[in-house]
Amino acid sequence: MTAIPAQITADVVAAKLKGERADIAGVAFRFLLFACLGIVLAALIALIATVSGEGIPYLFGERGLADFLNRPGFSEPEFAGVYQALVGTVSMAVIIAVVAFPLGVAAALYLEEYASDTFITRTVSVIIRNLAGVPAVVYGLLGAGIFVNSRLGGATGGETLLSAGLTLAVLVLPIVVITSAEALRAVPASLREGGFGAGATRWEVVRTLVLPNAFPGILTGTILSLARALGEAAPLILLGAKTSFGGGDWGDIRGNFTALPNLINGWAKLPESQGWEPNKQAAILVTLVVILGINAVGIILRNRFEKKSR
Amino acid sequence: MSSPSGTSATERDTTSSDRAVPRPEVGAAPASNADGTTVFDVDGLSVYYGDFRAVRDVTIDVRQHEVTAFIGPSGCGKTTVLRCFNRMNDLIDIARVEGRLAYHGVDLYERGINPVEVRRRVGIVFQKPNPFPKSIYDNVAYGPRIAGLAKKGNLDEMVEHSLRQAALWDEVKDRLKASGLGLSGGQQQRLCIARALATNPDVILMDEPCSALDPIATGRIEDLMEEIKQEYTIIIVTHNMQQAARVSDRCAFFTTEVNEQSDTRTGVLVEYDQTEIMFSNPSDERTENYVTGRFG
Amino acid sequence: MTALTPDPPGGVTLAELSRRDGRTATDAVMHRSLGAAAGLSILISLLIIGVLLGDALSFASKTTLRELGANSWSPARGNYGVMSPLLGTLWVTLVATAIAGPIGLGAAIYLSEYASGRVRKVVKPVIEVLASIPSVVVGYFAFRFIAPEITQRIFSGSPTANLLVAGLGVGLLTIPLMTSVSEDALRAVPSSLREASYGIGAKKITTVVRIVVPAAVSGLVAGVILTISRAIGETMVVLLAGGLRPSVPGSPLDSGLTITSAMTSVVGGGSDSVQGGKGYESIFFLGLLLFLITLALNLFANRFVRRVRQTY
Repeated sequence: MTAIPAQITADVVAAKLKGERADIAGVAFRFLLFACLGIVLAALIALIATVSGEGIPYLFGERGLADFLNRPGFSEPEFAGVYQALVGTVSMAVIIAVVAFPLGVAAALYLEEYASDTFITRTVSVIIRNLAGVPAVVYGLLGAGIFVNSRLGGATGGETLLSAGLTLAVLVLPIVVITSAEALRAVPASLREGGFGAGATRWEVVRTLVLPNAFPGILTGTILSLARALGEAAPLILLGAKTSFGGGDWGDIRGNFTALPNLINGWAKLPESQGWEPNKQAAILVTLVVILGINAVGIILRNRFEKKSR
Repeated sequence: MSSPSGTSATERDTTSSDRAVPRPEVGAAPASNADGTTVFDVDGLSVYYGDFRAVRDVTIDVRQHEVTAFIGPSGCGKTTVLRCFNRMNDLIDIARVEGRLAYHGVDLYERGINPVEVRRRVGIVFQKPNPFPKSIYDNVAYGPRIAGLAKKGNLDEMVEHSLRQAALWDEVKDRLKASGLGLSGGQQQRLCIARALATNPDVILMDEPCSALDPIATGRIEDLMEEIKQEYTIIIVTHNMQQAARVSDRCAFFTTEVNEQSDTRTGVLVEYDQTEIMFSNPSDERTENYVTGRFG
Repeated sequence: MTALTPDPPGGVTLAELSRRDGRTATDAVMHRSLGAAAGLSILISLLIIGVLLGDALSFASKTTLRELGANSWSPARGNYGVMSPLLGTLWVTLVATAIAGPIGLGAAIYLSEYASGRVRKVVKPVIEVLASIPSVVVGYFAFRFIAPEITQRIFSGSPTANLLVAGLGVGLLTIPLMTSVSEDALRAVPSSLREASYGIGAKKITTVVRIVVPAAVSGLVAGVILTISRAIGETMVVLLAGGLRPSVPGSPLDSGLTITSAMTSVVGGGSDSVQGGKGYESIFFLGLLLFLITLALNLFANRFVRRVRQTY
């Protein structure tokens, strides 16, 4: 798109430069816009520098990565680690994947492949779109109201990892539906027609033709939404996330819990004077690696998928 | 009969290109007397999209082992009517059918009819070749597989038979595992024909199957039609009048009528007769205008 | 060949064409199951509203308007002045939008109209990374860097954690959202419009400012509204960097509560925490407020986006 106009622009600017005064306004405007990008870049650099200044030497020097990852929360920074938080975050990821992904893809399949265009289905689409825009902390309230404080509190144990995972799954569900629906819409109609024409039922067309075609897009969407969910601390605060506690080993889904973002939040309140700063930054670094790592996987998949379909 | 101007004349460099009369079946009596059994009996068929009537009052009978062509200008509902024969219009939410479309005496739109069963017996080939992103073998085997038609060991024979009938076997027999998308346009369309033949249908519907192909590929498919019509019944929609003249035994000519009040156009069947008659001595003036190229 | 041969003419019966088998049954089962999954979404939204309404109304029934007009919000001490978190949210959102709006728009215009392929290859990942950073990390950054290096230098004497710092942090957080929505809106403008403008000899700045941006304005407005909505709903940055002073903030330089930080600061065993009863229900009251505000904003924004699609 920029090919032709850029050429004309260059000519016009050049003509003006040769002729009258230079296009000061144009150059200044362009610089201003570029400065916006610069601010963003500068902010990101500042952020990374801030969280790694003390964190990197701590993690790779005096403390050691393995030790930091393997110790639970503790009252003294030299012995406090992210083990419980890692367990929490990873376990929640599993719960989200098991609960939200199948449900979300199923709902998207229904909306895109089965449902006719009625008032009800249009309403459902609107509802899902708006659910995706509800602030995360409100989902925390929903989780508290359902999993912690109601009859279901018995089933999930109240303020437990299970409740937290399920709450995040509910949070992520609308996003999974929306991204999966987009991936399904990208499947060409001619593929479906060929399947029906060959005598397949609707489910057979979906199972043998549509889903394989849409799978990369669906996978990308679910991975990216997982990364988003694992970064949320606010809902878990309302579900009773701790900073340090006894227990918190793998499989302990009905006990106290924490997660990487909440650990950062908890430690953030601790005084720098007692030597907590390197810990805070180290925890942030671990969290960034995990979350940005998952995002990177999703984005790489998306780029590969886009290249293939050309 | 002179070549009409304006239509996409795909002249093949074979001797039959100038014929206005369809070639007689090899070794058989002239097409119009063949078999005579009616496969489809259409009576007053109208197709609606919501409240809009796209085609009205179609009444024809399609005979077995014949090639029946739907001809006429764009937008007069030929494809819409074609897609009624295998219930493909079901895929469009707002599409609705009135009238009767009987297949061997059974109204296809009767309650309880399973479209999957219909489509196994009435296959279809689309305008733009749409092979699945699978291997050539899996493309052809798709229909029999999901319908559970193949016994063990049978599938290979079925695939080969269909590919032979589609005149594609010799070109692909050494690369059945290769992707169907790697074939040329003409080959892909023959693959789609093989795919349609694989479920051993009764009827093949063809929606402008050659319009995306070059003349040589078109010629191969027309030859193909001539051969397989001995075993199947073919209904073809075509924009190309010479093609209709070449391959069909019977022609149905459609045109559009303007609806004054709503400023829309509804497709209507003008005339339906043996091809020779349609092209040499049609009854309706509109037919004559179309086939002689005065409009369209 | 197969055992299946087409029936002789006249041999195809209604029964055979109506035949249904396992395949049809499977399809029907899938139809229902998938429909159930979709119906679950309605269930969830009803649940949200129900859960919020229940406790929120219970709270409202126990609270007078006078109480709501109090000067501070501190449930642990029985203060329910809702103006405090409301004004706090307002300040934070104003600052955040003042940051994210122009910067996000500027970045979007540059990316859409000026940037070469090389620049885009660098800038896009940068923005994606920024978008992926968890808000708690941005909160830490706001407290640890923005506060001392920026706001303290300009406004020395204000508390380290205040609404301005929080607003800057939230603004940073929402730049990617504004950029991506704006970029979509700008790219949706047909190139024929640009070409027409260049065709009559207009300079690039004229084309961009007078033709492209106005043509995209619906989408841009939608972007701003969505940014505002996101800023209102942001919790962790304000929790870490906004200070938690319960009284009504006089200016953004004050520490303060927002709706979101008010909801979360009363949980978790601090001096502010409450155990149930009216204090507990107050969280749901705030939550309902938040839900309704963001819902209204999102619905409003969607109207704008739809209008964009219709125009083109």
